[in-house]
Amino acid sequence: MSMPFYASPEQLMRERSELARKGIAKGRSAIVLTYAGGVLFVAENPSKTLHKVSEIYDRIGFAAAGRYPEFENLRVAGIRHADLTGYAYDRRDVSGRSLASFYAKTLGAIFTEQIKPYEVEICVAEVGASPDLDQLYHLTYDGSIIEEPGFVVMGGQAETISGALRDSDHASSSLAETLRSAVSALTTEPTTGKGTASKGEAREPALGQLEVAVLERDRPHRAFRRIPPAVVTEMLGEGAAKTEPATAEKPEDASAAPDEKK
Amino acid sequence: MEQSSVAPSSGAVLPAAYLAPGSSFVDFLRAASPGLLPGGRAENGGRVDAPHGTTIVGVTFRGGVLIAGDRRATSGNLIAQRDVDKVYVTDDHSAVAIAGAAGIAVELARLFTVELQHYEKIHGVSLSLDGKANQLAGMVRGNLEQAMMGLAAVPLFVGYDVNAADPDRAGRIISYDVAGGRYEERAGYHAVGSGSLFAKSALKKRHDPDADADAAVRVAVEALYDAADDDTATGHPDLVRRIYPTVVLITGAEGAVRLDDDRAEAVARAVVAGRQENPGG
Repeated sequence: MSMPFYASPEQLMRERSELARKGIAKGRSAIVLTYAGGVLFVAENPSKTLHKVSEIYDRIGFAAAGRYPEFENLRVAGIRHADLTGYAYDRRDVSGRSLASFYAKTLGAIFTEQIKPYEVEICVAEVGASPDLDQLYHLTYDGSIIEEPGFVVMGGQAETISGALRDSDHASSSLAETLRSAVSALTTEPTTGKGTASKGEAREPALGQLEVAVLERDRPHRAFRRIPPAVVTEMLGEGAAKTEPATAEKPEDASAAPDEKK
Repeated sequence: MEQSSVAPSSGAVLPAAYLAPGSSFVDFLRAASPGLLPGGRAENGGRVDAPHGTTIVGVTFRGGVLIAGDRRATSGNLIAQRDVDKVYVTDDHSAVAIAGAAGIAVELARLFTVELQHYEKIHGVSLSLDGKANQLAGMVRGNLEQAMMGLAAVPLFVGYDVNAADPDRAGRIISYDVAGGRYEERAGYHAVGSGSLFAKSALKKRHDPDADADAAVRVAVEALYDAADDDTATGHPDLVRRIYPTVVLITGAEGAVRLDDDRAEAVARAVVAGRQENPGG
């Protein structure tokens, strides 16, 4: 029997955290935010079929940033957990809160018991009967769970994007308005924080690579719906035409939108 | 029910079943919580007398398919329930109705619905219509032991095949035997349950594959009336209590939609009024 090298728990945890943080920082970001009609998911995702945003249950959605195979494992496990609970009890007994704590336990156990932690951040969102009943749970690689009011930002540029979203309140905004402010936050330049420095570079790939979905408050039973790229482009475009002077980013969106349609 | 096995043990890394490959909810249930599977109960070998549901009809029409059932459940020679609902919408483009032991039927329909949704959520696309039909066959087969005890339940499955070459002929009907055998009904109509003999005879004369949805609903309700006329276990439209047959219509444009109460009432009243003039239909 060989004796393992000794490492203090403190050091182990620190190193695992560092590994997870670095992994997550490499990935592109995802935003989840509530608006008047429900919950909006916006993720930067170059793939059309490998999703970062998914339906988990009737009123519950999931978004993630980080390593794909790891959050895909969690997504499938979450669907299984929710379907099992709903089948054993009743569909109404599946809640975002219980799903979030299931994820928290899982991530916490992986973080402390396994050699390599999951390099993921996830968000569990449940749409309620009114905007103040919407629930957003933000879970990090170590199983920490935070209930966030209004919005959750995950992935690489989380700090910058959160900064851009912090002052806005979307409780009474329409879907198109909320989508526009999410996209402009997502494409904010990290260095300047205002998106004025290098205009075209950061923004253009983002527009063609947006994965957008909503949990619609008024839809009966299954609230989750993906928004096809053409509709996303339209929503971003129309806003630029109407509210042109609102921010510096908008004219950029308008010029990019027609190109996207091709 | 084994409620304790519903939640994975706290603090542990995910149980293997949660991370296993595959996308069947039934397979997952078998691994994670077998007590919840239909047929997972203790057996005593005796026969069980439970309420039974009766006649179901499926009819295709131009551009879709419908499935309809009467509302009676019987237990021996008693009416167990007058307004039982035997037709279930299982996803956007399919529905199932089950004749036989009501308890088994409801459980099968519920599990089948979760199974279809589960697949759709995991893969981001729905199963093909044949995939759905085969899944249901597996579940019926799983119930064989209970069927031997007198708790047989046979589904009739209908769906709109979104991959069909001709959208006018995309409605399909699939029937099952108690051992899980799966049969495509190419005639465009089928019936199962105790009154099915009479319902099928009526459909054979009346079914028109080129009819529109309204005409098909009328034909289905007429067939159920004929079944009720000659089979004690099938219920007539109950005009006194305002209980009418359940009908689910499936078309490409609107998906699976339950016929609303007002329309169901209008059709049932028209059929009954027609029979007063001409009892032969």
